[in-house]
Amino acid sequence: MHFHVEVRNLCKDYPGKRALIDVSFGVERGEIFALIGPNGAGKTTLLRILDLLDEPSSGTVLFRGAEVDYSIKDRKDLRRGIGMVFQRTVLFNMSTFDNVAYGLKVRGMSEREIREGVKAALELVRLQGFEGRNALALSGGEAQRVALAQALAIEPELLLLDEPTANLDPRNASIIEEVLSRVNREGKTTIIMSTHNVFQAENLAHRIALLNEGKIERIGAFQDIFERPHRFLSEFARLENVFSGFSKATPEGTSIIDVGNGLHIEAAFERSGSVIVHIPPEDIILSTRPIVSSARNTLEGLVVQISDLGSIVKLKVRSNRDFTAQITKRSFNDMKIGLNSKVFLAFKASSVKMI
Amino acid sequence: MESPFIEEVLSITLLSLRVSGLAVLIGALAGVPIGTILGFKRFRGKRTLMRLMDVALRSFVNTLMGLPPVVVGLVVYLLLSSSGPLGPLRLLYTPTAMILTQLIMVTPIIIGVTMSAVGGVEESIREKALSLGASNWQATWMVLREARMGLLTAIIVAFGAAISEVGGIMMAGGNIRWFTRTLTTAIVTEVELGNFALAISLGIILLTMAFAINLLLTIMQLRGVRG
Repeated sequence: MHFHVEVRNLCKDYPGKRALIDVSFGVERGEIFALIGPNGAGKTTLLRILDLLDEPSSGTVLFRGAEVDYSIKDRKDLRRGIGMVFQRTVLFNMSTFDNVAYGLKVRGMSEREIREGVKAALELVRLQGFEGRNALALSGGEAQRVALAQALAIEPELLLLDEPTANLDPRNASIIEEVLSRVNREGKTTIIMSTHNVFQAENLAHRIALLNEGKIERIGAFQDIFERPHRFLSEFARLENVFSGFSKATPEGTSIIDVGNGLHIEAAFERSGSVIVHIPPEDIILSTRPIVSSARNTLEGLVVQISDLGSIVKLKVRSNRDFTAQITKRSFNDMKIGLNSKVFLAFKASSVKMI
Repeated sequence: MESPFIEEVLSITLLSLRVSGLAVLIGALAGVPIGTILGFKRFRGKRTLMRLMDVALRSFVNTLMGLPPVVVGLVVYLLLSSSGPLGPLRLLYTPTAMILTQLIMVTPIIIGVTMSAVGGVEESIREKALSLGASNWQATWMVLREARMGLLTAIIVAFGAAISEVGGIMMAGGNIRWFTRTLTTAIVTEVELGNFALAISLGIILLTMAFAINLLLTIMQLRGVRG
């Protein structure tokens, strides 16, 4: 049994820069594998090598157990089963139909197969009726969905996505996420995607690789990696609710941490000195009324940002500092929260984790 | 007006069209592929020497775009004159010599405009096509397709330069009545003879024809916007 896609000791050097350093990992057939890391970490380079647009400087890539031969100049046969969605949406100056049909046309499919393939792909991304529209006249979100439909139309066994929802509004982002999990579930499509969005990785990916400065720092299931967030994450992966401050131990065995702007957080550990702490967004209780509970930390703030992530909703709440709370879509709807709603937050001292 | 006169004007007009049309057609067949090769971004190497050569080549093409037609006419004249290297071909003062002159003139224009049109298409278009399974040729074709507005501009500019050109074809063609006289050279002749009314009429024909052809090309270009 071999991996669907395997990367062994991959290096990519650009003049004056090492983009990838000894990267190795394997992705199973039907797996969703997410690459998380800051800009410049090497995510795009890695995906471009997997899509055969760039060659590795050294190391090997195995697809279905067979080594990919990067010395071949015309790589269309190697690329046959691979679809890619780029971070910056690129569409051809032609109709939406022709855009989605392109991959099928160059594969020499019949008129009927092309018509059916395009129809199915556009239905998948919920853009039925867009066939005749010029692709360059579409909105950013629609265009990226067309780009996804282009890649899906060829029914790839491996789908590569480079930050597919970066710069998209939550609605379009959630449509794309839904499609990805659907094609993975129903079509057993293997997906390798890069993302900035830790929530997206948690929702979609079976496994995650943390990429930083060209190296894989960690690899594993979301829980394994994010149980004890480490400094790399807080600095780069835009993990929410990370605060640095000065901690003072209390006689009760807890600590009061001054995180600035007049905000003090009580934590269940005993520590004096500088600390970095993290409060998982799912540990924060959100209410529209003042909260009376055993939680040691309560705050009041205004909702300044709402991100719809499908079944869950992420809210950014501005108090003395900005907090991110995560609630289910159902509670979100029940509570009738909108932008600038006044809300109350509470979290236990034991939810405050030191990084 | 008697019919031989109309016949002569017609033959002059048709010759203008034939000479300039063929020059642009042949120029496009040669210039579009060359411009495409030069325009492709990946040919801009990373090495300094490659870059220098690239800049030199581009400057050369841009200089040729502004070649004075009389200079081209002179060169063609010297090449084709009986004592010149191509004298034995006996092409001086023939429509072929005129086509050759205009070809030399318009090809750099077509190369230059194609080069910038193809260069203006982002590398990402080619990569997108490749990523969707296109062969290298199919991907190049997609880049040309995206550059189609610019390619049509190349043809429009080249045809405009050719049909209005006079000095070059005068030298290479000799302005022989019923044989190598075109609208532009005929206008020069009529003005020299003091036949201003006729010169103006020929000028109007030239302008009308240029307008009609540009109208056609522009309609094609506008259609192209929507793909």
